[in-house]
Amino acid sequence: MAGLTLAFANPLLLAALVGLPLLWLLLRAIPPAPLKRRFPGVILLLGLQDEDAVSDRTPLWLLVLRMLALAALIVGCAGPLLKPKGADQASDAPVLIVLDGGWASGDSWAAHQQMLTGMLEEFTLAARPVAMIQLTTPEVPLFQPAGAWQSKIVGFAPQPWQPSPETFAPVIGALKGRGFDTYWLSDGLRWEGREDLLAALEREGTVQVFETGRGVVGVHAPNLKDGTIVVSATRSRATATQQETLEAHGRDLAGQDQVLAAVPLTFQAGDLTAEVGLNLPAELRARLTRFELAGHRSAATTVLSGDSLRRREVALIAGRADREGLELLSPLHYLRQALAPNADVIEGALIDMLPANPDVIVLADVATIAVAEEAALLDWLEGGGTLLRFAGPRLAASEVSRRTEHPLMPVRLRTGGRSVGGAMSWGEPKTLAPFPETSPFFGLPIPADIQVRSQVVAQPDPTLADRVIAELSDGTPLVSRKTVGQGQVVLFHVTANAEWSSLPLSGLFVQMLERLAVLRSVDEFTPEQLDDTIWQPLRVMDGQGRLQDGQALSGIAGEILTNRQFGQDLLPGLYQSMDRVVALNVMTSDQALPEMFWPSRITVRGVDVSVTRDLSGVFLSLALVLVIVDIVASLAVSGRLHRMGATAVMVIAAFMTPQDGRAQQDPSGSGEVSLAYVVTGDRNLDTLSNDGLRGLSETLFFRTSVEPESPVAVDLEMDELAFYPFIYWPISSTQPIPSKEAYARLNTYLRSGGMILFDTRDADVARFGSTSPNGRKLQRLAAPLDIPPLEVLPDDHVLTRTFYLLRDFPGRYNSHDVWVEAAPPDAEKIEGIPFRNLNDGVTPVVIGGNDWAAAWATDGRGNPLYPVGRGYAGEHQRELANRFGVNLVMHVLTGNYKSDQVHVPALLDRLGQ
Amino acid sequence: MNKSSPTFTHLRTQAEAQAARLPTLLAQAEQLAGTILLGEHGRRRAGMGDDFWQYRPVQPGDSARMVDWRRSAKSDAQFVREREWQVAQSVMLWIDSAASMRFSSANDLPHKAERAKVLGLAIGILLLRSGERVGLTGTTLPPRRGTEQIERLTMALLQDNDTDYGVPEARAMLPHARAVFLSDFLGDIEGVRVALEKAADRGVRGVLMQVLDPAEETFPFQGRTVFQSIAGSLNHETRKASELKDRYLARLADRKDELTKLCKAAGWQYHCHVTDRSAQQAMLWLYRALDGGR
Repeated sequence: MAGLTLAFANPLLLAALVGLPLLWLLLRAIPPAPLKRRFPGVILLLGLQDEDAVSDRTPLWLLVLRMLALAALIVGCAGPLLKPKGADQASDAPVLIVLDGGWASGDSWAAHQQMLTGMLEEFTLAARPVAMIQLTTPEVPLFQPAGAWQSKIVGFAPQPWQPSPETFAPVIGALKGRGFDTYWLSDGLRWEGREDLLAALEREGTVQVFETGRGVVGVHAPNLKDGTIVVSATRSRATATQQETLEAHGRDLAGQDQVLAAVPLTFQAGDLTAEVGLNLPAELRARLTRFELAGHRSAATTVLSGDSLRRREVALIAGRADREGLELLSPLHYLRQALAPNADVIEGALIDMLPANPDVIVLADVATIAVAEEAALLDWLEGGGTLLRFAGPRLAASEVSRRTEHPLMPVRLRTGGRSVGGAMSWGEPKTLAPFPETSPFFGLPIPADIQVRSQVVAQPDPTLADRVIAELSDGTPLVSRKTVGQGQVVLFHVTANAEWSSLPLSGLFVQMLERLAVLRSVDEFTPEQLDDTIWQPLRVMDGQGRLQDGQALSGIAGEILTNRQFGQDLLPGLYQSMDRVVALNVMTSDQALPEMFWPSRITVRGVDVSVTRDLSGVFLSLALVLVIVDIVASLAVSGRLHRMGATAVMVIAAFMTPQDGRAQQDPSGSGEVSLAYVVTGDRNLDTLSNDGLRGLSETLFFRTSVEPESPVAVDLEMDELAFYPFIYWPISSTQPIPSKEAYARLNTYLRSGGMILFDTRDADVARFGSTSPNGRKLQRLAAPLDIPPLEVLPDDHVLTRTFYLLRDFPGRYNSHDVWVEAAPPDAEKIEGIPFRNLNDGVTPVVIGGNDWAAAWATDGRGNPLYPVGRGYAGEHQRELANRFGVNLVMHVLTGNYKSDQVHVPALLDRLGQ
Repeated sequence: MNKSSPTFTHLRTQAEAQAARLPTLLAQAEQLAGTILLGEHGRRRAGMGDDFWQYRPVQPGDSARMVDWRRSAKSDAQFVREREWQVAQSVMLWIDSAASMRFSSANDLPHKAERAKVLGLAIGILLLRSGERVGLTGTTLPPRRGTEQIERLTMALLQDNDTDYGVPEARAMLPHARAVFLSDFLGDIEGVRVALEKAADRGVRGVLMQVLDPAEETFPFQGRTVFQSIAGSLNHETRKASELKDRYLARLADRKDELTKLCKAAGWQYHCHVTDRSAQQAMLWLYRALDGGR
């Protein structure tokens, strides 16, 4: 690639340059237009002849300037292109461009496309027919003029699978004997069939290979190891040390996709693999959705985590209270030990825990369940829960599931249970029989030292054989199971502690829990588990690791899922069947990325992305600049510049003034308190709010030690609210509903002690809560807000006495419907104290419709802007409105201080005064 | 024209302002040493008048009524109180109202016509206040006394004329009166000559003040230009205005010389005033010229 060449998109336009000399003559001949002047002295000029007979010509430099401008314009329109010198075009044989087009090309795809563009331009110039083929989605290509392919380049996209000989071999076969040169844009990986393909292509002509030379990186599915998420990655070239950043993506609290954590992942020089551990809090881990390598765009560097990282939530319920001091005998002790490392254990009353929708509920020796609880449990089971029950003395003694099968029991039980191998019984303690093939425990090794001394015994039933999934050596059931809706009930016929058997002490117990999907959901499924299941794609990945909604795709049979033969029929992504979500990633857990070593006879070149630069913009702007210079120069030559100078300076200054003049607002400027109002978008209303709060600020300034700065307009979408203790929110029926983020911030604001005064401004016509347009709007605006129960401002509310003693709270209108946070139900009136001890905090909202801002509003000199009432009574009402404002701000700023004052006598009393 | 129209008041106030800057002529005449002297000029000889001139001994022929008994009582001789002889002059103004006067080369400069009218009216006001009779040449406004005449003068000055260049009006001049001509005198010089000759014939002496714009004095033009007279009757096109400058200035100087010569011949005084200088300067000169021409 030696040097750059200049070419033109429309070379014919350059012919216009011939016209330049003609224009030269023309411009030279025409003098500048005469200037007309009114001049009384003209009478003295009459008869004077010009000394110079030759007309005043355009100066030469101006002429050159204009010619240059015109030439730049012509050249600019001709579309000059600066582009790299193409590869040798020795041959004129047809060209086959081969793209690998698998996920391994995802990273270099942009480079490939740019290179393709350049290549096709060269082939257009060389008039070589071109065919293109993407090996992942092969189609028999047509040899067409290269220009025809230009527009189709964008249609090629890397696929989330790699080429396979079954698909592309027939297509290549169809091209046999056509005779063409091959340009192969390769991803650099060795895969099955690559050599054969190379041989086939070499039979047709020369083969040139283009590779980026950066190698391919892939990330394996994450594993959980001792609470740490371990992510390993592999690369195709073990060259120098390579620094990557692994990003853990997940949903933030608002449900938006975000990078939750980023850790460096370092390939040491010479190593093909690297590993990094992520220690995330369970809270964050539950929200993880995928891992990505920053800066890579490939399906192999994006790993979906599915269910495998999610911790299961297990609710533990014991039938009897723990006996204090006898931890090891607690029915839940061993379960807690087994579950705690890998699952979130919650304990409490059953009816309290059901709303949390745990994945598993463990009932250890619980015999009877209340009717309401039973119904709720059944609902939960139908929805896919796992109920794990353990037997015990209570269950054995109870009448549950004796005559008829209890819905929450898998089998009927015989009375009493039995014990074997004890001091008072015959026989030896029993051991476990090998697990049958149909059992989920099949294949687990059974330690020889497990002994079962007691058990509850199932009644023989026709369904019993199907439901038993583990037996004792004498054939009596140890674990039985039945499905209820989408969920299941599993009964261990022994206790969860070591009283009846040594099973809970063994490792087998943990393995069995794991198999029952109690510990964590299983990502790897045995083939029979997948039989007859249909998996619905939730999100699918494209070749560059971008996730798309997969809901529109058809479901996939379980068998196809296990094969992991990605293709048109099976895209990597998240698949769901019932309650299970499985992540199918491009990389299997230990897949390596073998590098392709091309035979030495093949020339391998780098992907050279030297872009063709379009210079027309440069030329056109040059022409524009020259024209502007010409305008100034022409004015100067004709003597008009002086007069137009001022105007010109102004125009230029106007152009050079930065257009975006929005001043930086310093949010932390509120070193002093300032009152704030919500910008509604209605200009009049905003001015009213501003005037009102200014009036209130002045009132505060003159009457109290609160000295607010001028009011601040708050845009809920953009501004930080934490600086303002008090926000006035006038309601108009036209204002927009804030976004979710704004509501999140508003809720934070309300929880952290801020106060919003909602003002529907319609108390003259509407009662609160009735159907005025502003009232309805307020309901819509306030629905997402975290507003506590409200009540009409009671007479003994602290607001009535934070500064002034008030009974009414008028604004421009005097309605008594002013609502504040309701008092707690246990608030009582205490004898001798003027008001109840209501809230220990500030009411987060005050809602009313009295149009307070209009009553507060003053102009800059303190004159009221809006009439309130009539005559003296009106002025009194305005005064009360101001007092209400003062009380309100005092209430916000002092919190419960005023209501605490009532305790002062009692405190003094206690101090012995 | 309405008395309260803006132009009327504008012109009047400006003229008043000009007049207010200078002491009235009477006060100056009392001091005699003042630079500006106008109005009821003392003739420095005994005669009709109000001001005391001298006491002289009674001569035969003086009637007893003429004896100043208060002075005579101080001595044995009898004295007659003589007063200074005072006369009132008629002053006639001609202020060019042609189109060529309505020109200014820059926004901050007044039109020549405006300057000429202000000067003319100011001098008129001062003369009227000091008891002279002031009027316009021609028959439109004969000289009269009194402050009412100020208003009439102002009204008369507001009339504009659409001819390109003005010709001095020399008809109906009172013999031995005084005259003030204010114009740019760019028009035909023959009119000026005729007017001055007529004036000289009647013993009228006066002042000829040429009011010019700075552009007319310096000719700052360049490039290809078409010059037009204000009313549009005359045109001159040039390809290089800058080359005309010297010849234009020479012609202007010629014109000034000619005017000076004409004035000398007729016993008048000539002055050239450029509008970018202060009006007061021109005013001072006008006073002096009128005083000196007494």
